[in-house]
Amino acid sequence: MTVIQVFHYEQRMSVTLQCPGYPEDTLRSLADRLPCRETQLKSLLSLMGQPDQYSYPSFFIYGHRATGKSHVVLSVMKDLELPHASVDCVECVSSGLLFHQVLSAFFGPDAAALLPRCPSLSDFVRLYKQMSSNSPATQTRYIILDRAERMRDMDFSLLPALLRLQELVNDNVTVILLSEIVWEKFRPNTGCFEPLLFHFPDYSKVELVQILSWDHHPSYTPELYASYINILLGVFFSVCRDLRELRHLAALNFSKFCEPLEKGEAKESDIHKLWKNIEPHLQRAMQTVYLREVSSVQWEQQQMDEKEATTLRVLSAHAHIELPYYSKFLLIAAYLASFNPARTDRRFFLKSHGKIRKTNFLKKHEKTSNHLLGPKPFPLDRLMAIFYSVVDSRVAPTASIFSQISSLVTLQLLSQVGHDDQLDSPKYKCSVSLDFILAISRTVGFDVVKYLYDFL
Amino acid sequence: TCTTSQKGCFVFKSASKKRKRQLGVGGYLVDDSDDNGSDRFRIGQKLWETVQMNTEVIQDQLNKKVLDSLAEFIKKHGLGCSSDVWRQRASEIPTAALMLGVNVPDHAMTFRSLCNLLQDSVTPFVVSVHAKECAGLLIQKVLEQLMGSGVSVDEEKEDDTALLQRTPCTISALCQWYKTVTKKCIQVSPERKENLTNNDLPQSLPVVVIFKDFEAFNSQVLQDFILICSRYTQELPFVFIFGIATSPSAIQHRLPHSVSSLLCIEVFHSLSCTQHLASVFDKLILNAQFPFKLSSRVIQVLVGVFLYHDFNVQNFVKGLQFSMLEHFNSQPLSLLCCQKQEALLSAKTLSKQNVEQIRHLPSFMRYVETQEPQEQVRLLTNDEHVKEVCQTLLKNLHKYHKNYYPILQCLHSLTSSLPKFPLGKHIRELHVSCIEKNLWETEEYDSALQLLRILAKDELVAALRKCAETLKSANTKRMQNALQQLEDFIGRLETLEDSSGNGVISAKMEYQKTDLFQLQKTLLEKESRRTKRMNSFEVLRSQVMDFIDSLVREYLTPAEFQPLNEVCYYSSSGVLRHHPFYYLKVTDHSFRLTRAQLEKQERLTVFQLAKNAFVDAGY
Repeated sequence: MTVIQVFHYEQRMSVTLQCPGYPEDTLRSLADRLPCRETQLKSLLSLMGQPDQYSYPSFFIYGHRATGKSHVVLSVMKDLELPHASVDCVECVSSGLLFHQVLSAFFGPDAAALLPRCPSLSDFVRLYKQMSSNSPATQTRYIILDRAERMRDMDFSLLPALLRLQELVNDNVTVILLSEIVWEKFRPNTGCFEPLLFHFPDYSKVELVQILSWDHHPSYTPELYASYINILLGVFFSVCRDLRELRHLAALNFSKFCEPLEKGEAKESDIHKLWKNIEPHLQRAMQTVYLREVSSVQWEQQQMDEKEATTLRVLSAHAHIELPYYSKFLLIAAYLASFNPARTDRRFFLKSHGKIRKTNFLKKHEKTSNHLLGPKPFPLDRLMAIFYSVVDSRVAPTASIFSQISSLVTLQLLSQVGHDDQLDSPKYKCSVSLDFILAISRTVGFDVVKYLYDFL
Repeated sequence: TCTTSQKGCFVFKSASKKRKRQLGVGGYLVDDSDDNGSDRFRIGQKLWETVQMNTEVIQDQLNKKVLDSLAEFIKKHGLGCSSDVWRQRASEIPTAALMLGVNVPDHAMTFRSLCNLLQDSVTPFVVSVHAKECAGLLIQKVLEQLMGSGVSVDEEKEDDTALLQRTPCTISALCQWYKTVTKKCIQVSPERKENLTNNDLPQSLPVVVIFKDFEAFNSQVLQDFILICSRYTQELPFVFIFGIATSPSAIQHRLPHSVSSLLCIEVFHSLSCTQHLASVFDKLILNAQFPFKLSSRVIQVLVGVFLYHDFNVQNFVKGLQFSMLEHFNSQPLSLLCCQKQEALLSAKTLSKQNVEQIRHLPSFMRYVETQEPQEQVRLLTNDEHVKEVCQTLLKNLHKYHKNYYPILQCLHSLTSSLPKFPLGKHIRELHVSCIEKNLWETEEYDSALQLLRILAKDELVAALRKCAETLKSANTKRMQNALQQLEDFIGRLETLEDSSGNGVISAKMEYQKTDLFQLQKTLLEKESRRTKRMNSFEVLRSQVMDFIDSLVREYLTPAEFQPLNEVCYYSSSGVLRHHPFYYLKVTDHSFRLTRAQLEKQERLTVFQLAKNAFVDAGY
């Protein structure tokens, strides 16, 4: 389906979109502003019903990131001028903040100020009832809770109560939950009122092209921009379907795409030439900008500077960490302790260990690679024992050695595990990768692979 | 082992503390058998302050570049935000990842100066947060710091704090506050705004949040904070600064893509701690102006602690200061450890005890042994004569130092580019081996000289020029002489024309058709000819090397052989090594405790406070 056809299709849709109780021209402009979400818009409107009618008590809208959930709902609310309170649950460290925001959106900040210091759910319901009896709802009031998955971490009674808030406060109010995960993950043990589930599917490639073509540059034709978007999606669609990311990338790279046009080297119709120009550039962008290895500002500057030899140092390029000498050995010892079974320590660190072959002391569950299983916790004593045997000089067990362990923990190179017996024998895990430890041991001239059970 | 050290580290204050404190400022160094304690205290305190000042100056200088570029970054984002429409749409928060290295205690100073710089030149809205302070209450902390500080409108301060108690702890509250404050800022003081942002819009005053220790933050808290802030980027121009100790990839490890895509990260590198140490070393130890010296063992202990244990420059400076305390405390003759004129003056007025102590110095005894018998008797009996000799010896010691450091630097600049660094990569290693023993008797020195003897001409000239450069700054007569000779050598090297004999031979060889045997013969011939006859460059080069060698033998003698070196050199590394200062961090803690207590009572100098801490700890 070409872009032009899509436009026609959509226009047909917007004509058919009409709901009683809402002004028709607003609806039409709304449909124009929400491309590729006509079906969702229509169902949402029909679920909401006429503004003065009671609506269903609670909706649950889910779908992946950037599928237009909040955008559709909030545009509907704003354009149709419905009374609503929009709350992002990330912000609500306590339920009190949520109540505060809802009350101040519906009844003004004065009402919200009436809330006690640490409001409970019943405080909120009482206050809501009191307020709504003074100013009963003429239209359905909507409470929109974005990132609703955060509600699960709050008070356990909050979610069931909000789902049937309509009943509790006896007012025309509807709660809309927006989330990226499915309802099954929300349902509390005790059971609750089931909201209406409503799915926003991912955009297809055609839809993405259509939406991305919307913000075309004013000085170029929409057709050119659409072909640019097609090229962009050709590169990025396989790794990223997030509309926001794609939009960001489209905006970042468009100036590069237009470069031949501005220099007069190509015409707008020379799509192939333009493609050849932009394609390697986009490939590079996929490795750097998309992963945020290079900030967008640096990327732009690089485009302006037009240096072909990439002098930009990406984030992961400086993975090198400078550590004090003994810290390096402590880290190596921790790595060995994490990835070697404790029984094998004799084999590696005792001088006269005899002839113990790998097959002899191999237990069944140890046949799988320890590196696949991940690091195992080890006690401090074992770490120190290995440390003294790997470090080549005599080291006194001073406080500065022990304080290095705790600084390694703060640097997140080691992590402390377990809660019991923290004082006498704390347990640690080594949380660095094999590559990292190889690099570290190379700087101190220590062959770590020789001491790893997995590589025996 | 761990448990025992943990159990044994409680420090009890001695019962006699009160009595000691009554001794007064200089009293700690007063011995019953000695009367110059207060003088030593004065000298020590002066030196202590010099160390303190110098380290701060060094830190400022080293940080200046990175701090300036950070301020520039923040300014740029504060101003240019509105033009980048698309970035606002993606709600990216400009973020500076400041790489600081693992020497965390050194960071405090950097952040303090960063805060000051930003508040002076960019924006009053600077918050710095520490992971420990805000486990789950990051927003509250940020709000408290911003709104509680009553930023620029002083008269509203009480209202602000009252407001904070009532307003909910959200970023939207901060938004409201920000709007009112920026509005007030314009109304109250338009001239102030002008010098802040060059007549720009008030909205462009960024709100800077500094995360001092990024790694230590709970990643969930951090993610939430970033998510919330990104919702408000239109109203509140946030700029983040992450203080990262490990590597920039820590950001990607801590934050998922959905969160890190909200940041626009730029990496800034601060100077590495080893460079920092090198500049501290240059300023405080390799400096003839600084009279207090460390012996090779002490330097090795201090540098060892730095390299092997903590990468902590502050700790290094503390160690230096501690050895200074020990020196002035334990060595009565440290009275003479000061600038030349002052030392000569006090040498004239030495007490009888001091003269006796001088006679007992090992280096002075060695000196006496080298003298004529008559002179020996005089030195052992006549006090006045000792004082006079002492003055000349002090002069010599100062001269020795003045010549020592330039030559050391010369030798370092010559040898630091050699393959495998036979004399060490850093000047401190060279310094240690020079003051420890006769450098020219070591194998390393021989191999270094051998390598120097095969340097190419342009390399040699470049290295010699560097030497000349360092010698220029030295202002003793002998150094000027050396400089003249060196420049003479450079001139001769440059005027030398290339000998082209070799080229002719090889050209000839191309024409001849030879078998293998003949080729071997000609090559051998050529080789023998070369060994027989050195060309003029090689002659000159060996002359230069002999000259350098003579300089080294003359000036880089170990300090131990200098009479009266005990006055300036602190050498008891054992005391330092076994001192709990390095053994247990707890001592540091008690130091801080004492300090807090004392500061309540009276305003004391840092020197005295440190002394108190050591005395209290029972040393």
